[in-house]
Amino acid sequence: MTEPDPVFSLRGVSKGFSGVQALKGIDLDVQAGEVLALMGENGAGKSTLLRIINGDHLPDTGEMRLDGEPLHHTSPAAAHAAGIRVVAQEPEIIPHVDVAENVYTGALPHRRHGFSRRKARAQAAADLDRLGFTGLVDPGRMGRKLSPAQRQLVEIMRGVLGNPRLIAFDEPTSSLSDPEVDVLFELIDRLRADGVAIIYVSHRMSEIFRIADRIAVLRDGNLVGSRPANETDEQELVRMMVGRDLDALFRDDDRARGEVVLTVDQVSTEDVTDISLEVRAGEIVAIAGLVGAGRSELVKAVVGETRIGSGRVLMHGKVLRLRSPQDGIRAGIGFAPEERKQEALIMGRSVRDNISLAGLDRLTKWHFVQRRRENELARGFVESLRIKTPGIEQQVRKLSGGNQQKVVLARWLARKPELLILDEPTRGVDVGAKAEIYALIQTLAAEGTAILIVSSELPEVIGLADRILVMRSGRISGELPAGASEEKILELAMSHVPLTELNDPVSLEAHA
Amino acid sequence: MSTDTTTPRTGATGPDEPRESGPSISRRIIDAVGVQNLSLLFALAILVAVIGVNYPSFFSVANYQVIGKAVSVIGVLAVMQTMVIILSGLDISVGSAAGVGSVISAMVFTSTGSNAGLGILTALAVGVVLGLINGCIIVYGRVNPVVATLATLAAYKGVAQLLSDGRAQGYTGSNDLFVFIARGSIIGVPTLIWIFALVAAAAHVVLRYTDIGRNIYAIGGNDVAARLAGININRYIVGVYAVTGLVAALAGIMITARTGSGQPVSGSEGLELQAVTAAALGGCALQGGRGAIAGTVLAVILLGVLDNGITLFGVNPFWQNVARGSLLVIAVVIQQLRNGERRIGMPT
Repeated sequence: MTEPDPVFSLRGVSKGFSGVQALKGIDLDVQAGEVLALMGENGAGKSTLLRIINGDHLPDTGEMRLDGEPLHHTSPAAAHAAGIRVVAQEPEIIPHVDVAENVYTGALPHRRHGFSRRKARAQAAADLDRLGFTGLVDPGRMGRKLSPAQRQLVEIMRGVLGNPRLIAFDEPTSSLSDPEVDVLFELIDRLRADGVAIIYVSHRMSEIFRIADRIAVLRDGNLVGSRPANETDEQELVRMMVGRDLDALFRDDDRARGEVVLTVDQVSTEDVTDISLEVRAGEIVAIAGLVGAGRSELVKAVVGETRIGSGRVLMHGKVLRLRSPQDGIRAGIGFAPEERKQEALIMGRSVRDNISLAGLDRLTKWHFVQRRRENELARGFVESLRIKTPGIEQQVRKLSGGNQQKVVLARWLARKPELLILDEPTRGVDVGAKAEIYALIQTLAAEGTAILIVSSELPEVIGLADRILVMRSGRISGELPAGASEEKILELAMSHVPLTELNDPVSLEAHA
Repeated sequence: MSTDTTTPRTGATGPDEPRESGPSISRRIIDAVGVQNLSLLFALAILVAVIGVNYPSFFSVANYQVIGKAVSVIGVLAVMQTMVIILSGLDISVGSAAGVGSVISAMVFTSTGSNAGLGILTALAVGVVLGLINGCIIVYGRVNPVVATLATLAAYKGVAQLLSDGRAQGYTGSNDLFVFIARGSIIGVPTLIWIFALVAAAAHVVLRYTDIGRNIYAIGGNDVAARLAGININRYIVGVYAVTGLVAALAGIMITARTGSGQPVSGSEGLELQAVTAAALGGCALQGGRGAIAGTVLAVILLGVLDNGITLFGVNPFWQNVARGSLLVIAVVIQQLRNGERRIGMPT
């Protein structure tokens, strides 16, 4: 290599967990004064790599060098002592001590005997000033009172203080607002000038092109490659991350629309008012709107989870008596809720148990679960949905977010509902899994399932839906046809037109 | 969508392929039996060795039968406690409910002119009612299970004392059916042990092989998810508490048979502690969703052998409660540490 000796290098680093190979022979160098961006889908191995750098995990094979010396640290403390810092995305903040103590934990300033709070705060104030964080964080503020952004800044301070040789930032801007991001980037520029090696993990393309000198991409535990930032572009990076172009993310099919499956007739609940809508067999209807517009509340009422004050829900023209989700599900509704960990998955149970949960009654004889049929079903879905798991016995908690979401989808596919309601089906799911989930939704619709999607991702709404309903303040503020523009949707979602004028769903033309 | 992914590195192993070789045989055995059960077996082996070296008489069929009969009452309660805990509940009223069952079985037996069958059936029916009351208070009254059953622990004990005026009731020691329960045996195994074995086997089969069991684990693991998957969780909670009441009454009948009369309090007090201890030792997560009957049965045997040892060594029997209390705390502490629970604030 013609380049100068790297500050930090990895050679052949591999790591596996219970049968899944998280990292496969990673070679990586970071030079002094270089910002290396690390990209990859969820589950590509970024977190594992950071954990190894941090001393949280030991690599199975391979070695790490810092300034040419082999590293054998076996704990985060040893990594810290060697001059390595990993700035965590979700920092551990001690709730009942102040910012100064949070920053200097482990190396608190002393005055003769005992700790000096005054000195610690003065030092913190000086350090904040030096880093350009003055005014953003008060050194005397208690940990529990910090905003997410302030917590992140405290974590950044922890990482930058001392004389680190290598700092790895793990999605540092996910909780920061723009001015704070600017401050952070100025800080990173200064660190770069001081010759610190920097690894910067992020999903945000614009940031990466703004700050990085070089961009490395991980996929499925492999280092796909690295490119100088000024010689690559977004398309190439996405291709490297996903392994294919995303042009075909959405496929527009002319599906046959069947009869009306779901009818919501003037339904009002505590959170939504006078909602009427229909979904036909083979049709994908999306509900767009801002957070808090009542979208999740509406679909929860439709499935029977929340009580309906007035109005009716009909399946195939038959009025449902919804006392609990059981009633909705028996009527042929499937519902994958927004919060998959809290509302959908039994984290401590196996992939198989989670897949079969909603359709278990169909797999039993005299209440006995027919294990063979169940295993076949679960294996079939693991294969067809490409759920990455060492086996169907694996606990769901050990899967990545995208794979967990696929398990939730598999649960409802197994039940074969006539109407499938998906609330934020791709939240926290990486690009590749997203594409697969979209394809799945379209296949289901093509097979005649009526689909109702709640989504905050406008490209998703626009790309998938045959019709888009926009909600605002608990009401449907308008309906748009397939392919409507983001501007039109946002206009309906945020419009200042008084709601009374919008009591009847307005058509696109009337509003434009 | 497109399955023809243009992967540049085709040589790499797919992530969903298992790694080269499967786990080793010893690993597979450990996985099959479970770490928890292995530790219990290990503890049991040490205990048996310590007792056996000092008291060779420990190793006799007669002594095994003594232990077996002694643990059978706790055993049936522990088995149902396991199911309640997996559901993420707790039932500390079982001892009192057993007292009610004991008194009723003896009193109905006496007042119907020695009709043992009727006495037993009435006791079981009352047990179901007591369990239903627990379940309904919890589900429809929205009372925390510990508080709810703490209340009924007191209330049911009072009911047993009121019914019996605080005294032992009736004499069942000359009735064939009660004598058979207490001292009879089938193919050399005492009836009491049979009852325990059958209850344990039934619970095991339900939990392991039926949709009912699966749904119990699901509810205990995440009740919101279970409800949104279409499980009628109220029915399960009330149902499991009702069966627990039934089995508590069964334990009461076993007490009546063993002592020859209906015991409002003396035979049943403190059984709830032992039942919960056995379940926790056996690996039930007190947060629910995790546990199995096999572990509980092992823990019941361990507790029985421990009691037996305390008696054989002539230790002051008051130490039994200290030992049980300590074991419960130790079992839960180990569990929580293994969960990686952070030591901040109140535990979850």
